[in-house]
Amino acid sequence: MTEILIDLGFGEDLADVLAKYLGAGLLAGIFLLLPLFTIWIERKGAARFQMRVGPNRVGPYGLIQNFADVIKLLGKELIFPRNVDRLTFMLAPILMVTSVVGIVAVLPLAPTVIGTDLSIGVLYFISVSSLATIAVVMAGWGSNNKYALLGAFRTVAQLISYEIPLIFSLLIPVLLVGTMSMQGIVEFQGTYWLILYAPTAAVIFLLSNIAEIGRAPFDLIEAESELVAGFMIEYSGMAFAMFYLAEFLHAFLVAVIFAVLFLGGWQGPFAEDLPILGIVYLAAKTFFIYLVMMWVRMTLPRFRIDHLMDFNWKFLVPLSVAHLLVTGFVWRLFPDTDLSGGLFSRLVDEFPRMAVMGLSSVALGIVALSLLRQYAANQRQRILSLTTVDEEYALAITPQTTAQSSVVVVTSGD
Amino acid sequence: MELNQWAFVGALLSIAWLLPVAPIVLNILLAPRRKGEIKSDVYECGVETVGDTWGQIKLQYYLYAIMFLVFDVEMVFLFPWAVAYNALGMGAFLAGAVFILLLIEGLIYAWRKGALEWQ
Repeated sequence: MTEILIDLGFGEDLADVLAKYLGAGLLAGIFLLLPLFTIWIERKGAARFQMRVGPNRVGPYGLIQNFADVIKLLGKELIFPRNVDRLTFMLAPILMVTSVVGIVAVLPLAPTVIGTDLSIGVLYFISVSSLATIAVVMAGWGSNNKYALLGAFRTVAQLISYEIPLIFSLLIPVLLVGTMSMQGIVEFQGTYWLILYAPTAAVIFLLSNIAEIGRAPFDLIEAESELVAGFMIEYSGMAFAMFYLAEFLHAFLVAVIFAVLFLGGWQGPFAEDLPILGIVYLAAKTFFIYLVMMWVRMTLPRFRIDHLMDFNWKFLVPLSVAHLLVTGFVWRLFPDTDLSGGLFSRLVDEFPRMAVMGLSSVALGIVALSLLRQYAANQRQRILSLTTVDEEYALAITPQTTAQSSVVVVTSGD
Repeated sequence: MELNQWAFVGALLSIAWLLPVAPIVLNILLAPRRKGEIKSDVYECGVETVGDTWGQIKLQYYLYAIMFLVFDVEMVFLFPWAVAYNALGMGAFLAGAVFILLLIEGLIYAWRKGALEWQ
């Protein structure tokens, strides 16, 4: 793009800067408009899961329903309740969207199509996306509403807690590939996808990401029934829509990041030669993951807050740490494979290492799950024994009660 | 060259904040504005709000934040370790393992102390 601008008569430095701005604007614009489409998918999919039809009036299959909704929201009054902290109140939705759009910079869409291939791309993803936590606090604090503040505190507790298994499971691709560059991680997966090396880490990553974006079953952030939408309670009009937009964009970007880190990103037949094919492969993988997330959302009920924290601190954190240690140990046992040959020879050479890594990861996952099952069975047994005692107790006191009541009857008859 | 990588991030972030601002400004311009005493009330499910909102918070959140901080600082050290891992020997694995297990010890301590129980 820089060359075209130089041809148009711009100076070399100016052309470089302009090209960056144009690219950034294009990328951010495209990704910001994507939620209009993914929200339609979400609504249509949710409807199908619940045996409804979903939006079907505005446009073919209700496709432009969301555009109508945006226009409607533009006409809604932006209400500032009394005593809100106006600055933080208005900055919160802006910071929320900005933090999510910031992730777009490091997404490798195709071999040559990437905003910027930062050498610390993975770290950049974590740091930018966790800015959303600050936006949540700003929204909750600025609203001058107890529900909003309570929702914000809970949200922060959830977001920072789930960041730990997220980062630990993210360390595993970094450790295997030996780089934090997104493009480098994708290139490594030309032989085998990383999900085959560490399936359990992939599951932990997806789970903690679903918690990070606050979707069901981890949607305590919104919790309509307890906190009436949590930190978003006082927002209306476009300010509310921005939170909504950020949430859906974040969900989509998480699916992209998952596809990039574990499902080979743009890798696929002939993707190296035709960049557009890479984008198609990445989109296909992304939508598959998005569908899985939607499926989880539609199937599982919401966690209780103490269960949510326990699941993170007492299950996901120890498991992800153990996974990192196991992966590091098993990886050390194998010498580096020469990855310069043809695809077939690479597949054969790499297979034993991949298989052992994958099996160790699956074994770890199975052990962890069986421990969890054991614990759950014990808990059930304990609760069951408690109820039996209660029933015996109830039976034991029943005659006494009847005796007493008959006494009462006698006295009242007297 | 290394810094040039970041130029795009700068460009993106300088544009990114405009994207949410534009619709909000448009909203303010387009939408009606009618002030009302009841309308600007705090919405707490119809019940009148009692007391000051910006008060003290539960200690529980603080404990989780401290736990998070411990692990978060750990991460900063683990990323370079993970990147350089392929070039290092078994000693690096042992050193990393000791480092991680020391922090896990902290987790176990907090767990035993009951800091992880939601009250």
